[in-house]
Amino acid sequence: MTEPVPAWSRFWPIYRRNLLVWRRLAPASLVGNVVEPLITLLAFGYGLGSLLREVEGVPYIAFLAAGSLCMSATMAASFESLYSAFSRMHVQKTWETLLNAPLVLRDILIAEWLWAASKGVLSGCAILLVAALLNVSREPMMLLTIPVIVAVGLCFAAMGLIINAIARSYDFFNFYFTLVLMPMIFISGVYYPIDQLPSWLALVASKLPLAAAVDLARPLFLGHWPTDPLPSVLIILAWTMGALWWAHHLTARRFRS
Amino acid sequence: MAAVVELEAVGKSFEQFEAIKDLSLRVEAGECFGLLGPNGAGKSTTVKLLLGLTAPDRGQVTVLGLPVPEHALQVRARTGVVPQHDALDPDFTVVENLEVYARYFGLRAAVSRADPTPLLEFAGLLHKRDARISELSGGMRRRLSLARALVNDPELLLLDEPTTGLDPQARHVIWERLRRQLGRGRTIVLTTHFLEEAERLCDRVAIIDHGRCIAVDTPRALIAAHVEPHVVEISLPTRESPQWPIEHCEGERRERVGDLLYIYTPHGARAERWLQAASRYRALHRAANLDDVFLKLTGRDLRD
Repeated sequence: MTEPVPAWSRFWPIYRRNLLVWRRLAPASLVGNVVEPLITLLAFGYGLGSLLREVEGVPYIAFLAAGSLCMSATMAASFESLYSAFSRMHVQKTWETLLNAPLVLRDILIAEWLWAASKGVLSGCAILLVAALLNVSREPMMLLTIPVIVAVGLCFAAMGLIINAIARSYDFFNFYFTLVLMPMIFISGVYYPIDQLPSWLALVASKLPLAAAVDLARPLFLGHWPTDPLPSVLIILAWTMGALWWAHHLTARRFRS
Repeated sequence: MAAVVELEAVGKSFEQFEAIKDLSLRVEAGECFGLLGPNGAGKSTTVKLLLGLTAPDRGQVTVLGLPVPEHALQVRARTGVVPQHDALDPDFTVVENLEVYARYFGLRAAVSRADPTPLLEFAGLLHKRDARISELSGGMRRRLSLARALVNDPELLLLDEPTTGLDPQARHVIWERLRRQLGRGRTIVLTTHFLEEAERLCDRVAIIDHGRCIAVDTPRALIAAHVEPHVVEISLPTRESPQWPIEHCEGERRERVGDLLYIYTPHGARAERWLQAASRYRALHRAANLDDVFLKLTGRDLRD
């Protein structure tokens, strides 16, 4: 009856736990993850767009939409891997309970990582759907932004888990949002092309995972292949794997003491 | 008889702090074993070692015949844990807490879908089946926590201060439930600083202090070995002459703690005489208990 569970599937009941809780709180959660970025898209896209007309040869809202997909995935994955994971880890002691069962910390981290990424994907895809309904783009190729959204979710979920591992209280997350995420969003080509930045800043930005993702998502959303996708893919991959390793290292240290 | 838990010369430090210095213990199958000790004595670290949540620096930990932490997952699959703070899942109802927890053990299909009713019945929570955790009293939560620890039909139950924070009624209910589990052949290891709990429940207790085991035996044997059977406690206002008791109980073991005077004696009749002599003070005569052993062995200083 208690035969060992194969290691690869041990994350699943933990992921499922989060899913079950979310299903109950979905309406409130969707407001945060979907409506907020949607308002940004519409307000900036139509509002600011009416002043700007075209950016890089397309209407501003079409330019902004690809950035919004990535940004909403970033924010949703980050929120989940910070505030929500922290409350499960630190406040509710859910993680400690999990560790009394035949599970290891890695199982919990994988579950939290995939779960936070899922929230990002949900949020990004919702924006994609709205953009399609509003006819911002009619290219079937825009569906190929979904793998990019998945990558963004996975990357920022992993980064959030690093911050989660070193946080002492919720207040700590303000630093990450204000000093890391917000600046990153502003220099990653979400709202305006990166080449508007001073060249040194553009160089920094081009190595960031969000800029790499926007670089991939924007052409796909508008119906053509990115000219040089490989560096962007590698940048996102490197950030994700590095963050995941580090998050595991720091969380293990936290739980050892 | 097979040992369910065996610690051999175990040592464990956290950075500067030596939590376990040199601990050896053996818990037999079917036994209820108590770990007693003041705060910071190393009880919770011992529990962590048994679950393989932390590795010993020295020595050998064996649980259910398996070396730990190497086989921690197999051990945890066969162990039920009641943590100190119930850590129930506040986002779920009572019955969902049992179902969700069962899945962590990989108890799919057969067990997961099985009726959780017997466990709810055991916890006395059938009527609260669909209640939220926030609606439960402290006693109910602890009972649910205990029921949850039984989802995997464990051979070993590990309880970290199972009745701390409960009122006397709730405490008695937990004790009764635990005795039922012993009746079913499970082995229980619990930490406590309620000596009464250890006396009522445990076949044997180990008194742990400063990371060492300083005594192991049945509660009765410990009392017999370390303290006289009769105790008189007299509350003496601090300003009053401390001369009084001395003349009356020359030759007996005495201890003064704050305004309390403890007199230990093997003779019940003498104890009664002092009680009468002390009639103008608040005083009582009682049987020696594990408290006296505990305080004698670990001292009376406050531990924070």
